[in-house]
Amino acid sequence: MLVSIKWLKDYVNTQDLAPAELGEKITRAGIEVDAVIDRSEGLSNIVVGYVESCEKHPEADKLSICQVNVGESVDQIICGAPNIAAGQKVIVARPGARLPGGMKIKKAKLRGEVSNGMICSLQELGIEGKLVPKAYAEGIYVLPENAEIGSDVITNFDLDDTVLELDLTPNRADAMSMLGVAYEVAAILEEEVQLPEITYTEAEDEASSMLTLNVDSPEANPLYAAKVIRNIEVKESPMWLQQRLMAAGVRPHNNVVDITNYVLMEYGQPLHAFDYDLLETGNITVRHAKTDEMITTLDGNERKLSLNNLVITNGEKPVALAGVMGGENSEVSENTTTVVIESAYFQSASIRSTSKEHGLRSDASSRYEKGVDPNRVIPAAERAAQLLAELAGGEVLKGTVLFDELKREEKVVTVSPDFINSRLGMKIRFEDMLDILNRLQFKTEAINNQLIISVPTRRQDIQIEEDVVEEIARLYGYDEIPSTLPETATTPGGLSPYQLKRRVVRHYLEGVGLLQATTYSLTAEKSATHFALKPTELTKLLMPMSEERSTLRQSLLPHLLESVTYNTARRMDSVALYETGSVFLKGQDELLNEEEHLAIAMTGLWVDNSWQGEKKAVDFFVLKGIIEGLASKLGVEIEFERGEMDGLHPGRTAYLMLDGRRIGVIGQLHPTEQKARDLKTTIVMELSLAELFAEATDALLYTQVPRYPSITRDVALVLSKIVEAGSIEKLIRSAGGKLLKDVRVFDLYEGDNLEAGKKSVAFSLTYFDPEKTLTDEEVTAVHENVVAALVESGAELRS
Amino acid sequence: METQLNELKSQALEQIAAATNVKELNAVRVAYLGKKGPITDLLKGMGKLPAEERPKMGALVNVVREEVTTRLEERMAILEEQAINEKLQSETIDITLPGRPVKTGNAHPLTRVIEEIEDLFISMGYEVEEGPEVEKDYYNFEALNLPKGHPARDMQDTFYISEEILLRTHTSPVQARTMEAKGGEPIKIICPGKVYRRDNDDATHSHQFTQIEGLVIGEDIRMSDLKGTLSVFAKKMFGDDREIRLRPSFFPFTEPSVEMDISCFKCGGDGCNVCKKTGWIEILGAGMVHPNVLEMAGYDSKRLTGFAFGMGPERIAMLKYGIEDIRHFYTNDVRFLSQFERTEV
Ligand SMILES: [Zn+2]
Repeated sequence: MLVSIKWLKDYVNTQDLAPAELGEKITRAGIEVDAVIDRSEGLSNIVVGYVESCEKHPEADKLSICQVNVGESVDQIICGAPNIAAGQKVIVARPGARLPGGMKIKKAKLRGEVSNGMICSLQELGIEGKLVPKAYAEGIYVLPENAEIGSDVITNFDLDDTVLELDLTPNRADAMSMLGVAYEVAAILEEEVQLPEITYTEAEDEASSMLTLNVDSPEANPLYAAKVIRNIEVKESPMWLQQRLMAAGVRPHNNVVDITNYVLMEYGQPLHAFDYDLLETGNITVRHAKTDEMITTLDGNERKLSLNNLVITNGEKPVALAGVMGGENSEVSENTTTVVIESAYFQSASIRSTSKEHGLRSDASSRYEKGVDPNRVIPAAERAAQLLAELAGGEVLKGTVLFDELKREEKVVTVSPDFINSRLGMKIRFEDMLDILNRLQFKTEAINNQLIISVPTRRQDIQIEEDVVEEIARLYGYDEIPSTLPETATTPGGLSPYQLKRRVVRHYLEGVGLLQATTYSLTAEKSATHFALKPTELTKLLMPMSEERSTLRQSLLPHLLESVTYNTARRMDSVALYETGSVFLKGQDELLNEEEHLAIAMTGLWVDNSWQGEKKAVDFFVLKGIIEGLASKLGVEIEFERGEMDGLHPGRTAYLMLDGRRIGVIGQLHPTEQKARDLKTTIVMELSLAELFAEATDALLYTQVPRYPSITRDVALVLSKIVEAGSIEKLIRSAGGKLLKDVRVFDLYEGDNLEAGKKSVAFSLTYFDPEKTLTDEEVTAVHENVVAALVESGAELRS
Repeated sequence: METQLNELKSQALEQIAAATNVKELNAVRVAYLGKKGPITDLLKGMGKLPAEERPKMGALVNVVREEVTTRLEERMAILEEQAINEKLQSETIDITLPGRPVKTGNAHPLTRVIEEIEDLFISMGYEVEEGPEVEKDYYNFEALNLPKGHPARDMQDTFYISEEILLRTHTSPVQARTMEAKGGEPIKIICPGKVYRRDNDDATHSHQFTQIEGLVIGEDIRMSDLKGTLSVFAKKMFGDDREIRLRPSFFPFTEPSVEMDISCFKCGGDGCNVCKKTGWIEILGAGMVHPNVLEMAGYDSKRLTGFAFGMGPERIAMLKYGIEDIRHFYTNDVRFLSQFERTEV
């Protein structure tokens, strides 16, 4: 909502506050002023000129040489506008004048001819092109004939004005009008509101003698008022009206349309003007549209109507889409002599659905959608009639053609001062509350220490006690509210076990050197199930913004890998990222099965200590080690089981198993996948945090620090390459019994000295007895058992 | 023999003094004091002396031996120290060479902000509640006093999955769910999480972003409690000398509703580019829980009241760290992410 302060002053005394100060007061009281726009900013020395003569420039087709009377002299000015002509009153920026954007006008020569200034378009005065009347959109603006030569354009035509741009919240539909803003300002400044005085002379003839009205849909249209005005002259509106409309962000057209728009801005009540003769039938019938009925709206679009659409008809065919936009077939034009002014109350739901259905929003529909003031419908029609009489020379027919079943009772809200104070934590005096309600012009009775408030119909946002609390508080001043803390019982607060574990995971991963990434949940359809542990049916948006963000992800890895590529493409070759976030799986329920996952992706060097000659590229075992460390942080045992997944190296992929359940996957990207993603060796893993955290961790109990020494024996084996070290380790553990405390691989050799298809693996076995110092003989006995078991399994001892 | 002894002594002392390292000195020791050395020989030869001269000569030999020994030890100490010094000298390293790099990772800046806010409210007795990102229309809108067709639904452009299922547009549905689950009991929670809106991504908009909301419900919860709580938050988060100011606003789920500004932490309120010359920075929205919201979740709004507040970690991080483009949070450029490593304490 754009509010011209000059216009606002018609209704309320703004106490000559500086615009910025007024804006700040309005903001602090609840309606945010987004901008304070000085319409004359950067303008000076701009006067009314009279074009005495106008001739073609001998050297340039598109230029005219004008002799312009600017009051103190007649100056030659060169003008390039196509619509310049002798006899016009025009806007002249004289030498020394300033125009918006810091432009300064100087005496100049144009193709050899002197130019003493510039004849201006409205755009050159800083008015947006889309607001400039169409007739002047491509050229200079022509002032009315009575403009005084040499007088100051800025002050005489209301450009010395400031506009407040209000950012209205949906509840404050009341402030979508100048009068609504005036009530707000009056309440803030403790002033009175001056309503427009409506007087005009009526003709003898009754409006109802020319126009009949039927309303077939009273639920959607409980009030319809029509005025008939004849003998009007359709022409340009006076300058002040055009300026006010432009200040309000509305483009002037002709006096009839401008008046309906002016009253819309003034009262917040949408009006529509029909050309009476084009109605043809002298009848208006409001009804719902019939199947396949068509209308061409004023924007030139032909629209197919549906049964839900409320339309205004001439009894036969639609002439307007009610509350949204008029129809071309009854549009006011230069030839119009009689108009019907419609002022109606349409139910917001009906207008909202029609407006949405046709993708058509107008100043009218946006007000109807939020609800207009039922008590302004008829006054707005009267106001329009008055202005048509005054500004279009019209003759207003007697009376109003009216259908009225609209209830317009004031909402009564009863609230106690104690309630208000206890909600606010304040001690506002009763008189102060009454004073604020009076300033708002809410009729208030005080009975038995209760405030009985009749809320004016313009404030439909005030429905319950809490709404009154807000009104009192905002005008009393939020700065006056004290700062306290809740006086409730102390609560322990804290994180849930799940949340605590998530922090453990995060801090651990950051501690070992991973950076936390965050990627988008929405992805392209083709990558939604890539790397998914448990792929399900896709979940797609009804109306995505793009294909790239159309489907909910089922794995974190595709986007995490995109982030890795983003970095390597920028010459950061070593990247190690992790992310925790939800994946979205179709479940039993209509809601999805959202599961929090952890994903890691790493590439490049893991150790890079170049000058000491230590370099270690990331590989499967770097990431495996990180997961093993994570498992021990969480006190769980994760086993690695050979696995496979699209996009991963078939020989370098494992499932992460927890209590026999597959909770994740680790692997090296498949060379094809790496190439497609423009990556070098990249290791990834993804697991379900939900599953990882599923079991409560055991209480931590300390184990006694060993009092007796342990004894270590090594065994080196030659094995077939396909035998996994893990299976040998299991065999050793079972043969070693309870004295065997630990088994570690300490050497792996696959080389020339071995038979083809063989490898040598060396294990280090630690024996320990918590009760006593083991003797050599005892250890030897157990160790020989182990060796025997290994030999029996087919392993060959390496000498 | 005495002359012989003195000569021996001066010879030994001369050689001790001449020794330049431990090895040479040890050779001197062996030469003079060893089992085959001249002093031992002299002691052995004493048997040939007359009995009355033996004690005198014995004492004399001992004196010489002790003196040689003492001088030798003194010299040894000097040479040993010299040897250590030489060794240390040779072991000197260039301490300006870089240390062995230790891998350090860190949290995403949004996590950092969220965790800081969580911890602050946990210390005030709040619990952390989370909920689904794919939500029912009911919890996202209807339970929050936003029935179908409510004009305020236009404020949020929503990604729908079906008529009734959507990507949550705020974390408020977690409040609605918690209220429903608590069945009329007091609540003190903070709800962080990801939210989604139908926006084109640009420097200030992101179709995915994060929110953190708080909700307190109890007996006699007042608007002054909201102001006090937000004031504690502002001071902890943005500095002890922060002032807060509340401005009336509108949210369908609160009444009264406010927006909170803090005095600019960059200029202190004088006006600068961070606060757009106003001295104030808008940080969050808040209000008293709307009675319709309480009633819909089964609370008696006459008996229990509450306040709620909500803020955007992206905005807070952008203000705090001077980040100019919201897309940085989702690009995962390591040159961006790794800047949020160090502590600010
Ligand atoms: Zn500042």
